Amino acid sequence: MKDFFVIAIAIMIFIIIFQIAKASEYVSVLKGEEKSAKQNNRINGFMLIAFLVFGLIGAWYCNSLYYGKTLFVQGSASVEGQEIDTMLYVTIAITGTIFVITQVLLFWFAFKYQHKDNKKAFYFPHNTKLELIWTTIPAIVLTVLVVFGLKHWFLITGDAPKDAVVVEITGHQFGWDMRYPGKDSVLGKIDYKKYNQPSGNSLAVDFDDPASHDDIRASEMHLPVGRPVKLVIHAQDVIHDVGLSHFRMKMDAVPGIPTTMWFTPRFTTKEMQVRTGNPNFVYEISCDQMCGKGHYSMRGVIIVETPEEYAKWMAEQKPEYFTYFKDKDPDANKTEGADSAGVAKGTGAPVATAHK
Amino acid sequence: MSSVALTHDAVSHGHEDAHHEHHHHETFISKYVFSMDHKMIAKQFLVTGIIWAIIGGFFSVIFRLQLGYPESTFPWLEDILGHWAKGGKLHPEFYYALVTMHGTVLVFFVLTAGLSGTFANFLIPLQIGARDMASPLLNCLSYWFFFLASVVMISSLFVQTGPASGGWTVYPPLSALGDASLGSKIGMDLWLVGMALFIVSQLLAGLNYITTILNMRTKGMSMTRLPLTVWALFFTAVLGVLSFPVLLSGAVLLLFDRNLGTSFFLSDIIVAGKILPNEGGSAILFQHLFWFLGHPEVYIILLPAMGMASEILSVNSRKPIFGYMAMVGSMFAILILAFLVWAHHMFVTGLNPFLGSVFVLLTLLIAVPSAIKVFNWLTTLWRGNIRFTPAMLFAIGFVSLFISGGLTGIFLGNSSLDIHLHDTYFVIAHFHIVMGVASFFGMFAGVYHWYPKMFGTYLNTTLAYIHFWATIVGAYLIFWPMHYEGLAGMPRRYYDYSNWESFKMFGGLNEFISLVAMIVFAVQLLFVFNFFYSMFKGRKVTTKNPWDANTLEWTTPIHPGHGNWPGEIPEVHRWAYDYAKDGRDFIPQDVPVSDDESKHH
Repeated sequence: MKDFFVIAIAIMIFIIIFQIAKASEYVSVLKGEEKSAKQNNRINGFMLIAFLVFGLIGAWYCNSLYYGKTLFVQGSASVEGQEIDTMLYVTIAITGTIFVITQVLLFWFAFKYQHKDNKKAFYFPHNTKLELIWTTIPAIVLTVLVVFGLKHWFLITGDAPKDAVVVEITGHQFGWDMRYPGKDSVLGKIDYKKYNQPSGNSLAVDFDDPASHDDIRASEMHLPVGRPVKLVIHAQDVIHDVGLSHFRMKMDAVPGIPTTMWFTPRFTTKEMQVRTGNPNFVYEISCDQMCGKGHYSMRGVIIVETPEEYAKWMAEQKPEYFTYFKDKDPDANKTEGADSAGVAKGTGAPVATAHK
Repeated sequence: MSSVALTHDAVSHGHEDAHHEHHHHETFISKYVFSMDHKMIAKQFLVTGIIWAIIGGFFSVIFRLQLGYPESTFPWLEDILGHWAKGGKLHPEFYYALVTMHGTVLVFFVLTAGLSGTFANFLIPLQIGARDMASPLLNCLSYWFFFLASVVMISSLFVQTGPASGGWTVYPPLSALGDASLGSKIGMDLWLVGMALFIVSQLLAGLNYITTILNMRTKGMSMTRLPLTVWALFFTAVLGVLSFPVLLSGAVLLLFDRNLGTSFFLSDIIVAGKILPNEGGSAILFQHLFWFLGHPEVYIILLPAMGMASEILSVNSRKPIFGYMAMVGSMFAILILAFLVWAHHMFVTGLNPFLGSVFVLLTLLIAVPSAIKVFNWLTTLWRGNIRFTPAMLFAIGFVSLFISGGLTGIFLGNSSLDIHLHDTYFVIAHFHIVMGVASFFGMFAGVYHWYPKMFGTYLNTTLAYIHFWATIVGAYLIFWPMHYEGLAGMPRRYYDYSNWESFKMFGGLNEFISLVAMIVFAVQLLFVFNFFYSMFKGRKVTTKNPWDANTLEWTTPIHPGHGNWPGEIPEVHRWAYDYAKDGRDFIPQDVPVSDDESKHH
């Protein structure tokens, strides 16, 4: 019933507007077209300048409402993201200035040079000097932005520091799984054909690879604060994306093509709860690449903690290997880790790959 | 079909009182359905485009309802959507189908076919002084391939599993695997076939436009005397002809992967618990193929709007367009660069960082010709004698939106900032303003300006002013605050944000945006009403040249027949922008240069 009511009102408003529009057309015919065109011109000229003024006020008002909510005031939660923040502020300052100047000129010119009877337009077809000026200035400004942008880009996309904590994160419809390389710092190989062999091996880890024997699986990502972390990113079914808005980081998860990303957390989750004044604050992993009907619910959680807390948590974890091969569990058998530590591979950068 | 029927009535009505010389016998079918008259084909594209725009816009209203009011149910949704909205609550799968179809429809069927299809067809022969396109038959076919594509695309809305739902960019593997999403079943095949037909239509049209512009200009119409609209449409056609085939290849390969068991885009996949045999393909390859069209596509949409805005700004400022050659040159630069920036859509795919840096440089380079254009438009207004016709207001609005949306492109083109902003609402705000709304403004400007030439009547001016003001205010209210959501990292294409600690604080804003979006949509219906009503009942055009413009289309009779000019095609003696020259308000292109005229151009 309410819906019909709303529709009826909408139709009535339509009819009223239409009647007014038709009436004003008749009036303009009676008054003489030229005269009513002049009137329209004055009204719209005024509206344009009003739009500019209220628009700029509106932009300022919008900023005061929402800037705080973007959490930019609190700063990036990663060391590398701070560079992105600086870059962003510089770009906002430059584009903001250009924005205000050009919009003011646009609406001011429109208002100022509106039609007047006794006025003639100025024949001004071109001016090479002016055109050169507004070719060169944008080119120089953009060069500056490109240079700084690329400096940060190469830092962020460059190799992770050697001492980085390595975590593997795998996306699937619709969730995230983490895996830590364990004591040997090497992630066991993944072979997608080993999926569910043995049953429950949903990450398709190849347990014939001894490096996998101490790997730890987790549903939440624990990270120590202040230490670089390198994520090795996989997808099992479709393309996902590891989106870490607080760290200003993002990287696609592509089936068949593992990707990496690294950053250094600056604040523990608890510190962030204080900084944001939100006791429920939590670092969230959002899937940022459309991946199907559950895309919006593909949420992961990162817990950044002090190195001590992290070490404690890590010590409590049991390698995934033992959940499938209970007989190999050192708690049940011999002294811990002899098996896997013996076969641990070199010290090179640990990369797990589903590629051959 | 209704689209075609509507146009017929309108035109036949207009013809009653205008008997012109060029009467060759035509039947209803040859005149209104399989017409070979470029003007009629233009109207077919326009009316079909309007219908698509209503459909595509309505989709956005429905999914904005979900975003604005995630807790509410709307029983009437079940009435129109059936099991997709059980209990009045939109199903996530169908939410994504609506998002996908909204993008597909608006980008391709409205802003490509509806915008450049309409105005390239209408304006090219009229403004260069030709009786019709080089090949009227190809032109007719291009519309009917578009129509066929429309039928296929529409039909995908009615299949059991729904239309494509993987986003308008249809990235595989999501779009390749029926097990990954309902929309990737038959709906996706229909999407691909529809797009293939659409591309055929675009190629037929584009080749025809290029040939016509290069070969059929009237005597005296050198390339440097062409109105900027024609230059823009020319570059648009070149872009389309060179880039659409690449999308076609991507679509065909994707069809193979879907139906023939090939592995172009698939490798190492476990879906719905099944291990797929495909190995060695690359999901990223599709993105390269897609964006090789996808980015030029942005300019296919934007260039015609730029061209029309240039023309309309000049006519209504009563001043020549400032820096004609710089305008042509910057459009040419955009044309070249448009092909060299596609990978900026892929900065976070794991792209080689060095390759990424090259694309950053080339992408930000586009800002230079764009800046030239903006400053030239501003200088065109400077010291003019401006008439605020509805077309002029939309052209001014176009420039404003182009500035606003263009500047945020500088953020996104810079890869290190893109890492944070990619696939957030910042991107939505950026491309809706610069490509969506700005191009729509160009299109509206064109419709308001050339409507008298199309139908021999004027649109109601009061409705037009209401339309303009409500739309520009609404567009900024909708898209401006989205930048803030994007800065907070709020991802695109989410059905519901209320379970996210990081994004749920924007719930109130989302509701506000949805409300404004519905009002703006309703105002567009006012325009649609004005459009059809004025065909029949609009104020009649009584003079050949209602805007006192210089270009050739205004030398034709009020109701030009097939062939455009009853007698000889006029000869051109000057460029299209002799406004305010030597104290004369305007000098049309077909007026010979007199001896006492000052030299320029």
